[in-house]
Amino acid sequence: MLLDYSSSFHYVLALLPEVVISVGGMLVLIMGVVRKRERGHTAELGWISLAVLAVAAVANGWLYSGVSEAGATAMFALDGFRLFANWVFLIGAAFSIVISLAYVDRQRLQAGEYYSLILFATIGMMVMAAARDLMVIFLGLELMSIAVYALVGFNRRDRRSAEAGLKYFLLGAFASGFLLFGIALVYGATGSANIHAIAVAVQDGAAPAALMVPGVALLAIGLAFKVAVVPFHMWTPDVYEGAPTPVTAFMAAAVKAAAFAAFLRVFVVGLDGVYNQWWSILWWLAAITMVAGNVIALVQSSVKRMLAYSSIAHGGYLLVALVSANDTAAAALLFYLLIYTVMNIGAFAIVISVGNQSEENMSIESYTGFGWRKPVMGVFMTIFLLSLAGFPGTAGFIAKYNLLLGAAESRLWVLSVILVLTTVVSYWYYLRVAWYMWMKEAPEEAAAGGPGHALTPFATHVVLFVSVGLILLGGIFPGALLEMAADSVAGLRDFMAGPVAGN
Amino acid sequence: MSEVLFVLFAVVALGGAFGVVISKSPVASLLFMVATLASVAGIYVLFEAHFLAAIQVLVYAGAIMVLFLFVIMLLNLGHDYRADLKFGLWSLLAFVVAGLTAGVLAQGFMDVADTGFREDGAAVAAALDEAAREQGVAGVIAEPLFTDYVVAFELMGLLLLVAIVAAVVLAKPRN
Repeated sequence: MLLDYSSSFHYVLALLPEVVISVGGMLVLIMGVVRKRERGHTAELGWISLAVLAVAAVANGWLYSGVSEAGATAMFALDGFRLFANWVFLIGAAFSIVISLAYVDRQRLQAGEYYSLILFATIGMMVMAAARDLMVIFLGLELMSIAVYALVGFNRRDRRSAEAGLKYFLLGAFASGFLLFGIALVYGATGSANIHAIAVAVQDGAAPAALMVPGVALLAIGLAFKVAVVPFHMWTPDVYEGAPTPVTAFMAAAVKAAAFAAFLRVFVVGLDGVYNQWWSILWWLAAITMVAGNVIALVQSSVKRMLAYSSIAHGGYLLVALVSANDTAAAALLFYLLIYTVMNIGAFAIVISVGNQSEENMSIESYTGFGWRKPVMGVFMTIFLLSLAGFPGTAGFIAKYNLLLGAAESRLWVLSVILVLTTVVSYWYYLRVAWYMWMKEAPEEAAAGGPGHALTPFATHVVLFVSVGLILLGGIFPGALLEMAADSVAGLRDFMAGPVAGN
Repeated sequence: MSEVLFVLFAVVALGGAFGVVISKSPVASLLFMVATLASVAGIYVLFEAHFLAAIQVLVYAGAIMVLFLFVIMLLNLGHDYRADLKFGLWSLLAFVVAGLTAGVLAQGFMDVADTGFREDGAAVAAALDEAAREQGVAGVIAEPLFTDYVVAFELMGLLLLVAIVAAVVLAKPRN
């Protein structure tokens, strides 16, 4: 069926996954109020949320074949880029919910609100990836951000959670202001908020540079805050450390992926014509982020905080794909986001288990001898760490290799060298955790309730198995996934091909 | 005449915004903000966006600000927070950065004003005037809101729902 948005029903079809999740999110919200909130009964709300995500996944799969869009100018894209990004968000949200099940129960968090906020944040992410309109991108960003602000400060009994929530809210609102001002200036310069209309106006040179330059700079700052790249990363370590750990996993993976999806569509598609104005800004951001993120991660003693800095460093790698601004790099970005989501949430799942479904045992010493006490989980954690480090044989390596291919195509040699060197630096802090797990003797007093106890529900095991499977599959036989990513970005950047007139 | 009014409104809006930031009492900040919002409404009138101006006064300068004022007065903050409000080196730096940014932006706007705006600007304005004559000013806003931008409108509703849920979650007393 061809969608030209002549009737409102076309919007429902084009946004079917989003519609499914919003209905499901409200359902979960109501059920959370109606059902009794006793300990031990909260997990069912999580399972319902997972079912909602499963239905949305079916809808997302249906969009591949069931409908197609007329032209490439509508407010909501129906292209492979959006659908691939949706898989990333759906997997990120589903995994985050699974690793939350026991945590929410044990921490006595309000399950209905918790799971529905995760679902609503997922809608915001999907909207960000789908939007071909700066205004809609902003709405999606706010929808995601406001839900995540609340999730970060969700644990009212934890002072650090409240502090992190407030910090994230204030800085996030500040960053939104930058983004909005940037949108206003770009709108003023090009006369439209539609990304394709902007692309055409920019290509024609109709946009006055005096408005475009500050507009593009403000857009870059606003989005750089959201993806947490240096020097706009100040909030990240404290917020990631203070937030409930499943929320940290959700933020580090899915929120970052959504911000990068929007970043790519705005800059590489919409502002392609003024590449000369923005590439040097992003070049420097990428270089500084890779160096600073990795160097500061070296000295962290808390694993949660180390993973926070590691996520900053990964943001730097992903920025390289944006600076490359070609189809290879765009496909590499999608592949990287998928793999990064899986391996990062996998690592956090183990952090939550070692923390006994609470905020305990976050220091690296807690992992002493962990590998020998829990061999399977030890091996899994090692695989996640190796993949995060980009070790050959894991999907993290293939993902980084493809980023480098994209960078090479745009002749970004210095940036490629920085990427490789900082990756080597990152081996130290990832492998240090593995070294503690396997090479150090466990202290004698590690008894029940201690770090070695590692409370791991069955559902978390399933997530771990799936994650490890995906990482090894992507590391050894990456062909199918890479091809899918490459197909997804086909046609993303040739905006002049479609009928631009009209909208 | 309208230029004089514009300068007046602009000065009050900017001065009010400045006052919001530097005044130490929340109530004073709020009153400065009312002045800013009201002057922005005045600028809307100068742009002949009467509907927007009316909404600005009713919703922002009116309802939301009154709500703010009530909350601040009911909370009865006392004066403990004053010790925390310092104007040290950092705020000086902040003002310098803000001033430089404003300078860059002002330079940009000057350049645009010199080189002229979009060529089709007059045509767009004429089309808008025509539409406003036919449908009324509210119609010009309402029609695209419920046709082209209906999904954005719905998203706005979802956003408000999420904001309410988030506020309730964070504000509920600990159990």
